[in-house]
Amino acid sequence: MTAGEAPAGVTRLGMPKWGLSMREGKVVDWLVAEGDEVAEGTELFEVETEKMDGAVESPAAGVLRRRVAEVGAVVPVGGLVGVLADPSVPDADVDAFVAAFQASFVPEEAAGEAETPTRVAEVGGRRLRYLERAPDDPAGDPVVLVHGFGGDLNNWLFNTEKLAERRRVYALDLPGHGESSKDVGAGDLAAFAAALGGFLDAVDAARAHLVGHSMGGAIALTYALEQPDRVASLTLIAPAGLGEDINPDYIDGFVTAERRRELKGVLELLFADQSHVSRALVDDVLRYKRLDGVDAALRQVSAAMYPSGHQTTVLAGDLDRLTVPVLAVWGSQDRVLPAAQAEPLRARGRVEVLADTGHSPHMEAANEVNRLLGGFLDDLEEQPR
Amino acid sequence: MARVISFQKAINEALDQEMARDPSVVLFGEDVAGGQGAGGELDAWGGVLGVTKGLYHKYPGRVLDTPISESAFIGAAVGAACSGLRPVAELMFVDFMGVCFDQIFNQGAKLRYMFGGKARVPMVIRTMWGAGIRAASQHSQSLYSIFTHVPGLKVAVPSTPYDAKGLLIAAIRDDDPVIFFENKVLYTVEGEVPEESYTIPFGEANLAREGDDVTVVAIGRMVGMAQQAAEELAADGVDCEVVDLRTTSPLDEDTVYESVEKTGRLVVVDEDNPRCGMAADIAALVAQNCFEELRAPVQMVTAPHTPPPFTGSLEDLYVPSAERIAEAVRKTTGGRVGAGA
Repeated sequence: MTAGEAPAGVTRLGMPKWGLSMREGKVVDWLVAEGDEVAEGTELFEVETEKMDGAVESPAAGVLRRRVAEVGAVVPVGGLVGVLADPSVPDADVDAFVAAFQASFVPEEAAGEAETPTRVAEVGGRRLRYLERAPDDPAGDPVVLVHGFGGDLNNWLFNTEKLAERRRVYALDLPGHGESSKDVGAGDLAAFAAALGGFLDAVDAARAHLVGHSMGGAIALTYALEQPDRVASLTLIAPAGLGEDINPDYIDGFVTAERRRELKGVLELLFADQSHVSRALVDDVLRYKRLDGVDAALRQVSAAMYPSGHQTTVLAGDLDRLTVPVLAVWGSQDRVLPAAQAEPLRARGRVEVLADTGHSPHMEAANEVNRLLGGFLDDLEEQPR
Repeated sequence: MARVISFQKAINEALDQEMARDPSVVLFGEDVAGGQGAGGELDAWGGVLGVTKGLYHKYPGRVLDTPISESAFIGAAVGAACSGLRPVAELMFVDFMGVCFDQIFNQGAKLRYMFGGKARVPMVIRTMWGAGIRAASQHSQSLYSIFTHVPGLKVAVPSTPYDAKGLLIAAIRDDDPVIFFENKVLYTVEGEVPEESYTIPFGEANLAREGDDVTVVAIGRMVGMAQQAAEELAADGVDCEVVDLRTTSPLDEDTVYESVEKTGRLVVVDEDNPRCGMAADIAALVAQNCFEELRAPVQMVTAPHTPPPFTGSLEDLYVPSAERIAEAVRKTTGGRVGAGA
């Protein structure tokens, strides 16, 4: 796996691992030419995966010296896509690095390292599936990613690895979701917040940075109001729980859709750019919805929290009790929860509204969300508490 | 949690989970226990190929070996279903089905209709089909079209481990008789299957591959063959859409029509013989409903109108191959490539 360490001044551009099932990705476009100077964060190339396409950002500043994989090439996860290097590094050294890497690289799958990537925690008699990723020396409190209604830990496919470069990251499947137990209890915010607390206990996280999307945002907010000592910070991505309105076409449509065609139309409400809704994305959700117990779970949750197009619990009035640092990210084109619902948060923390982005900024504007979230967490660590 | 298991294991798991969930589910057939009467797991072979292995001891009294008397035990399954059980009968090879057609066609398929909906026949008949294991003419046929022809029966022909489990669970929970076709060559094929129970609705085709140039409709083992052909054709710039029917009754006509409306070209791949088969049926439906959209004659790729041969070299020629499918696709494009060609 760790084929050919890059020499000083040389940066390996590898195929990222976006999601549990990703084994390889296809380079569908190069956004910079060989010889171009790039800054850290410049988008370098686009990758097509089974689920969604995404742009890979430059991990460092430098000059793009080699496009090892041309457009159309399929590269295994971790495989060499390109090489970035300081202009002072001789061409011969770059070529020697490429040759050495290619000679010794073994794809993860072939190396037999495709072990079960998720684990299961027992929480209140339920099995909760989760993913844990951490660097050798993780900084600060762990980050816990909480998905939204009907989602699962794979929704964070573009975020988990990036966050885990510096921190310990957990992404869980809430009760009733993904591969967790399908019993949701009352299916309301209190029940999910209790499950989240139980999960923090199960992984021995005394304190955590909570990141919640949509319903997961409302759950994280509920927990932060109940247990502020255990929450280091709160990042709310298009969160529920801040206003009464919610698009019933999404909630009811998600619950009732039985066929691919109906479900595709519903899932398109999640994005500003509907081309993100690939066949694989729809198939994954359909497979989830067809598991025993899921229909009852979704009906229970939607009846408890989102009956007839409105939210039963609005926490906007409780925000002045909130003591933890807050970052909120919303898409300007959100068709599930209007971005105007971010208003009450402005007095409490930083609010970022991203242009041309729908209800899933962490997927649709993943690089921007990763940058905002990473910067927010870094700043917190620099400040004395 | 989804993990990779074989088609055969997926079927075993569906039976196991439904027997655990519903005490009215019972299995019977020739050798489904295997070695019954002798003690011990080693003797309970679990069917001629071990598909029902492990269930005889786990569910005492609910896995019953039957005499070699198909009409008797299929009739017993119809009766058991009418009187409150959910029997899953195994009729080893579909080739043997002929001896119990009266029980299937005149009893099982008709009772709900003839009793004005007051009778139900929640029965599944599992059976092996298909050529490829040198088992000769009486153990190699693909007779699903005969059962598809009869109103009152439902017919599933899964192509993947995922579909096999979900369709079998749906079949067991269905209140109508279902004939469930298991391709013997697919038994060892592996794929990702959730550990949890789930169902796949009958009458929903699966888009096994998306494409714009040519629609390839396939069934069972031929789905994989069509995908292989599609890979080869993609290298030549021909973009095939592969529609896996999954169930032939009910039939998802809409998905076929929508695909043909997009591509304007149709190839139907069926391991069955060509006369009065699924391929001819799909070709006729498309001719009737999508004639304006068709840009080339429909192509059928099937076995020839002969019994399946025993000789290996002949059997290999008998079953449609990826090469024959690719050739048929090229006929519909007239050698031209790309959407709009």
